[in-house]
Amino acid sequence: MAELSQAGGDRSADPRPFPPGDYPVVVVGSGAGAIQVSYSLRRNGVDHAVLSADPSPGGMFRRWPFFQRLLSWTKPYAPVARDSPAYERYDWNSLLADGPGERAIMPDLMDGTSYFPSRPEMELNLATFVERTGTLIRYDCRWTATRREDGPDGERFVLETTDGEYRAATLVFAVGVAEPYSPPTPGIELAAHYADTRPAETYAGKRVFIMGKQNSGFELATGLLPWARRIVLCSPSPAKLSVNTRSLVGVRARYVQPFEDHVLGGGVSVLDASIGGIVRGEEGSGSPFLVTVRPSDGGEDLAIEIDEVISATGFVTPLLDLPALGVTTFGQARLPAQTAYWESATVPGIFFAGTIGQGSAGLKKHGLPANSGAVHGARYNARVLAAHIARRVGSERPAGPTIAAAGLLDRIIAEIATAPELWHQRAYLAKVISLDPSSGPRDEGIVPLAAFVDAAGDDGAGNAIALTLEADGSGAIYPVLYLRQAGKVEERPIDADALLRFDTPAARSQVAAILVEAGVG
Amino acid sequence: MATRDEIVDQIAGFALFADLTTPQLERIAHMFEEEVFPDGARVLRQGLSGSAFYIILDGEAEVVIDGTQRATLARGDFFGEVSILLGEAPGADIVASRPLRTLVLAGPAVHQVLLDNPPLMYRMLQAQARRLRNANRWRS
Repeated sequence: MAELSQAGGDRSADPRPFPPGDYPVVVVGSGAGAIQVSYSLRRNGVDHAVLSADPSPGGMFRRWPFFQRLLSWTKPYAPVARDSPAYERYDWNSLLADGPGERAIMPDLMDGTSYFPSRPEMELNLATFVERTGTLIRYDCRWTATRREDGPDGERFVLETTDGEYRAATLVFAVGVAEPYSPPTPGIELAAHYADTRPAETYAGKRVFIMGKQNSGFELATGLLPWARRIVLCSPSPAKLSVNTRSLVGVRARYVQPFEDHVLGGGVSVLDASIGGIVRGEEGSGSPFLVTVRPSDGGEDLAIEIDEVISATGFVTPLLDLPALGVTTFGQARLPAQTAYWESATVPGIFFAGTIGQGSAGLKKHGLPANSGAVHGARYNARVLAAHIARRVGSERPAGPTIAAAGLLDRIIAEIATAPELWHQRAYLAKVISLDPSSGPRDEGIVPLAAFVDAAGDDGAGNAIALTLEADGSGAIYPVLYLRQAGKVEERPIDADALLRFDTPAARSQVAAILVEAGVG
Repeated sequence: MATRDEIVDQIAGFALFADLTTPQLERIAHMFEEEVFPDGARVLRQGLSGSAFYIILDGEAEVVIDGTQRATLARGDFFGEVSILLGEAPGADIVASRPLRTLVLAGPAVHQVLLDNPPLMYRMLQAQARRLRNANRWRS
């Protein structure tokens, strides 16, 4: 890829890559999402620039999680070989690459004390990927504003930065959901945000009120258990636990200890109540703050004397002036509304990657979201996005490789048994096999399921089969085959297996019957 | 983008939530998520399982059965509950005909929300009775 402007040396004397100027695509960010998009764009031959306000790679992992240990695991010893794509199912934190030495970087950097990497290990994982893959990023270059202008090939965007102006018809923002959000609760100015939490030992002997009962709130409570005298976690709706939802929805198992402390009466209180307000305690009362809460079940208001209030109420997307440009946002996190291919639903040409990609919800079957908000989901989205952008900026999409009819069943079984994209992005990303009778079955790659069922994907709208893995919240995980014939899509679930084996005779038999139904059996 | 307080204010004006107290509305507002759809996007897909319950905050959507438009839904209307209550895939496509802003509740959560909020269940039953009455009128 040396012919691309990655080196950028002919544009400016500045030793950093990507001086201000015109590029086909500009990527903003240097976290996992931006790095994966840049790598994948390069693999697709798309010239682009990468800009970041940070001085080094890592994004949010340069600072968080606050207690320095991730929620996403990497298993150094897995049931499959580390150098196989199937290993990605057990390694949620390495970025995706094709070259030897560039893949599965995370397990080699872990010290063996936990299968959840520490924050510094994760930061090093991303920096190592950047170094080994030769991914170039222009650091210390802050995006400050955005506008549109007419260019030689039609309308394009102008990114204003601290280094000058960049022009591109296609922008990819991978800037995280990283701007602290606090609700407009009366007295909220008296609360610190999660992002401003102090070292745990400074809460020794304190009574701490935590607003919010999601992972960040329970993470703080877990970290403060050895220090705080009393902890109150409060929000209007009951806490969801991942072990109950049987998904990543809810508080993860490793943060559940405060909940057990609550139910066993150990000094932690988990309240379902709306927060009426925070006021300063009366002079000499010994309580710096008084928090008033209204129980959701209609009980009496409670006034809670407290020493510290922390707002663990989440983060919003730092989109700067993109809403003024027409980018519609939604939800408390102010995520941009997106198409199935992570393009702004209201401003074509603006794409999103990394954790912001969760704004493209897909089918969200049975209420279970994709893992787009985490590295192990976003890394696959980024690869699909890069191929999509390559097609948009002019690269011809090559016809997918043909699959011999005699090998079609084996191929499908292999995909549903091991494909990591399908395992991590359930009911969200699909492997598509086109069934054009003139050319035979072809592997059309990975496509967002929502695009496939709406016949709006890069695979086209012809007869095809899409393969997914799915869950329904009952604990079962099972493959589903979607048949698209004459424009109509029908789903055919395969039976779940207690040991998650889908290369069994039973699965083969069911898939074979579906292929007969599709006319290719 | 609306804050939770703004969502509470909005849904308080919808018939479905008319009998709930403010704390109940706040609790419900936290259980729903906001989701937006551009003009032309499919929200529910006929025949595909695992869908959710939606309440329209702004915009309009068409009810499309086997490619034929049957009805229009607007602010305050809701959809998706029939397939959830019956445990079946939706019998219609719901397609945004203008930019659509909705509150969405995952299908598996609907059962408990209805049991926890009998006034909400009663209002939903009332709405279903009206739809049944209108369907019967249409047939006759």
